Order: sequence, then structure tokens, then C-alpha cells
Amino acid sequence: MTQARVLIVDYGLGNLFSIRHACRHCGIDAEITSSPDSLLQATGIILPGVGAFGHAMDTLRSRGLLTPLLTAVHAGTPLLGICLGMQLLLDASEEFGLHEGLGLIPGIVRKLPELRPDGSVRRIPAVGWNRISLNPQRSQPDLNSGLPDGTWMYFVHSFAATPEQAGDVLTLTDYEGIRYCSAIRRGHVTGVQFHPERSAHHGLAFLKHWATGLSSTHLPHQQ
Amino acid sequence: MSMVRVIARLDIKGPSLVKGIRLEGLRVLGDPEAFARHYYEAGADELIYQDAVASLYGRNSLCEIISRTSREVFIPLTVGGGLRSLEDIRAVLAAGADKVAINTAAISDPGLIREASRRFGSSTIVVAIEAGRQPDGSWLAFTDNGREHTGVDALQWAAQAEQLGAGEILATSIDREGTGEGFDLELCRKMTAAVRIPVIAHGGPGKTQHVVDVVQQCHVSAVAVSSLLHYEAIRSIQTSANGTTEGNREFLHSGRSVSHVQPCTMQQLKHSLLQAGATCRMEHTP
Repeated sequence: MTQARVLIVDYGLGNLFSIRHACRHCGIDAEITSSPDSLLQATGIILPGVGAFGHAMDTLRSRGLLTPLLTAVHAGTPLLGICLGMQLLLDASEEFGLHEGLGLIPGIVRKLPELRPDGSVRRIPAVGWNRISLNPQRSQPDLNSGLPDGTWMYFVHSFAATPEQAGDVLTLTDYEGIRYCSAIRRGHVTGVQFHPERSAHHGLAFLKHWATGLSSTHLPHQQ
Repeated sequence: MSMVRVIARLDIKGPSLVKGIRLEGLRVLGDPEAFARHYYEAGADELIYQDAVASLYGRNSLCEIISRTSREVFIPLTVGGGLRSLEDIRAVLAAGADKVAINTAAISDPGLIREASRRFGSSTIVVAIEAGRQPDGSWLAFTDNGREHTGVDALQWAAQAEQLGAGEILATSIDREGTGEGFDLELCRKMTAAVRIPVIAHGGPGKTQHVVDVVQQCHVSAVAVSSLLHYEAIRSIQTSANGTTEGNREFLHSGRSVSHVQPCTMQQLKHSLLQAGATCRMEHTP
């Protein structure tokens, strides 16, 4: 059992239960919380999310979770954003107008283009399994990210992150003729567009890898 | 050809996995959770749990099965059957489902699709359409496992559901479901042309070639398969009696095999798709 205490942020969006079940299945001590204060006690934070970007940011703000979340992350607590939770890490999103994000990784979130170069329709949302490949442009290829090159993961999304700096891109994924950023990492902030909690054995292995790194790299700043 | 998902569909009646023909004449095949675990380990891309009788009786007893399944099966789980309100949807998602399939309630109140997709996200809302072929060549949407006639054109309804915010369409051919005669290819082709969201083809495959046909010819994003897989899986699954005598258990006790399908494993099915040039997730070679 990993001793790290992982908190899953409950702000009314996303499949918290699937994530908690997956964490517990891999021996991660994970709890769901909607308490702003508790975020400051976490060893690691998972930010889930399904739905619209602007609504998610408004909800984090109105529930008083935004400031403690940013405080904890700025103090060094590792953060893992999943799906919409990954997109929130960036500066802004173009979903239903321009909405400001958490600003932890420079870049914006854009809609996947609906038309292919030949004029045919690309199915959006992109739903299903797809492979991730490690970003060759990353200055230090993250071979130890818990994300083996070529792994199949499960995706459901219409928007994707476009980080400003290629070095923040952890993995890339091809979908019907376009290549987008499927995972990002800057320091202790990580985001994955796919759902590790629904990506079978490889998804579970990634969660376990992320959580195992917590206890060795970070001590909670409030004991 | 783009990526195709192979979804194992489990029709559930009370505590049991059941299978019928044209959504009727349900026979008990065993414990749905044992089949779910089996398909997860075998490389299924997703699971669908469909409560086979919920709409008829307003019964919604799936939550405990969902909850146990989501603790040990880590692929997406869609749940359908008898979901009538935002509260019903919330309860099923809270139990551990990732998506819901709505049919009857959406046809009676299309606004439910809009409200549900706003609240839970479009990608969570699958609209299930039971399409019955008419003598004039059109398809009408039915509800309650093909029993209730709505008079709504199935293709127009699919397009309307997309406009209202549905994330996927689960297109069932009532005429082919459980028959092993193959998918209704014309229905599937027209359905994928009618909407831009992903379409899951359901109903009819009796051999692997039928699945290859619908993937190659109809641009479907996924196939939902039951008989084809169940009658193979049942050989390797220890079916517990479940402590119940509910339902038609004659098939289980008789030890008979089926003649209307040529059952296959998940690996065999995916292997056939790959050989035909389709792309699908395959973790191991058979």
C-alpha cells in the first residue's frame, strides 16, 4: 500500500467513483473531497472532469476550491488532471467562448477540427481507444513517466490541449489524420487527456506509477 | 477505416445475464458480473449493461451490479434500461457507470437529452434507438424492447438526438437482434450518414464476418455484440446458479449448443477485424 494520501477533487463533475475504485484497486489511498482545506493536506491531487470548461472553472471558483488548489500546487503538491481536468491546467479554452483556466501550463485548449483535409467529416467527440506515443521533441524524453510508448488508452473528448512549449508535451496521439497532445507534464503538474481509470491494465499501471512517485518526491508541506 | 470499438453487450434481467431473439424469449445464460470480468480480461473495449425489463415494469435494480462491476472492471461501462429522469441517470453514474443509454424516456421527452447532456456532458449520454424496418423501406423507432410503436422515423430521430446533445447513437435493428442473420447494413449505413456523432451498431451478427461487414461497409464507430461472444464465453465461465430460479433456465440446464450463431472469442473477433484491415485495440496476439 502506497502511503501517499491522494485526494480526488469533487466539484460535481466527472466520474469520481471510477477514479477512486481504480486508485484503490492499485493500492492507492485515495479519497474524494469537496473540502477546500483538505487540499492543503494532500500528498497528491487528482483533478477529474467531464463537461464544459467554463462551467468547470466557475464551479471550482464558486465552491471555494480554486484558491486552495492553486496554493497547494504552487507549494509543490503533485497534481494529475484527467480529461477535462487536464485541459483546465492550461491558460484558457475556446469551448463556448474564451474561458480562463488554471494557468499552470502555458497554452490553450481548442476544438478538434470537424473536417478532414479532403472535406469529409471527422467524428467528434473522439470516443474510443487510441495509442499514445512519447513526444520526440521533449528535451528529456520521459521514459519513466509510466506511459510506455504505443500504449492503448481510452479517450472521450471534443477538445484538446495545445501547449505553447513543445517541451511540456509528454505524449502525442493521432486521431483521423490529426495529431494532438494527449498528455502534458511540467514539473509536478501532469495532465492526461485519456481516462486511466477506464484504460484497463495500462491505465491502472500509470495511476500506480504516478502515485508511487508521490511519496518519494514530495512530502506534504503541512504535517 | 477508422478505429472501431468492440463492445460486449450484456442484457440483464433481475440478477441474470439473459439473451433473446428480437429482444424477446429471454433465456438465462448466467451471472452478468462473471461475464463482465471475462470480457474485461479478454480485451473488450467497453461493456454495455442493458436492463432488459426495466422499462416495462419501471424497475431499476441494476445499481448493485453496476457498483460491484465498476470496482473490478476498468473499461467504460454504459448502462441502459428504464432510466427516466436526471435523478435516475445520476444514480446510475454514482453507482459507477460511465455513460447511460436512454431510449423510452428520451422519446417521450426529448428535452431529457438536452438537460442530461448539459448536466453530465454529451459524452455521457448515449441515445439508444430500436429501429424496426417498415414495408416502405423506412425504419421507425420503437421503445420497450421493440414492443411499443412510436411512429417516429428512426433516422430523423437520430439527427434530432444529436442536435439535442447526444454523444453517441446505439442503433439496434429489432428485426435482426439475436437472429444471427447479420447486421442490418442499410440501416447502419443510413444511420452513420444521418449523424456526425459516433454510431454503435447493434443487432444481428452470427459470425465474425458479419462484424467485419458492418465495419467495412457502414463507417460505424463501434459494434455491440452479445450472442456471438456469450455462447463462446459460457463454455469457460463457471456459471453460478445465483441462488435464484428466476427466468428461463432451460438452456443452461440442457447443455445444448446454439445453431443460429457461430460463437467466437473476443480475440478471434478482433483478429478478424485486423485481418480485414480495420483498426482496433489489440493488446496481445491470439
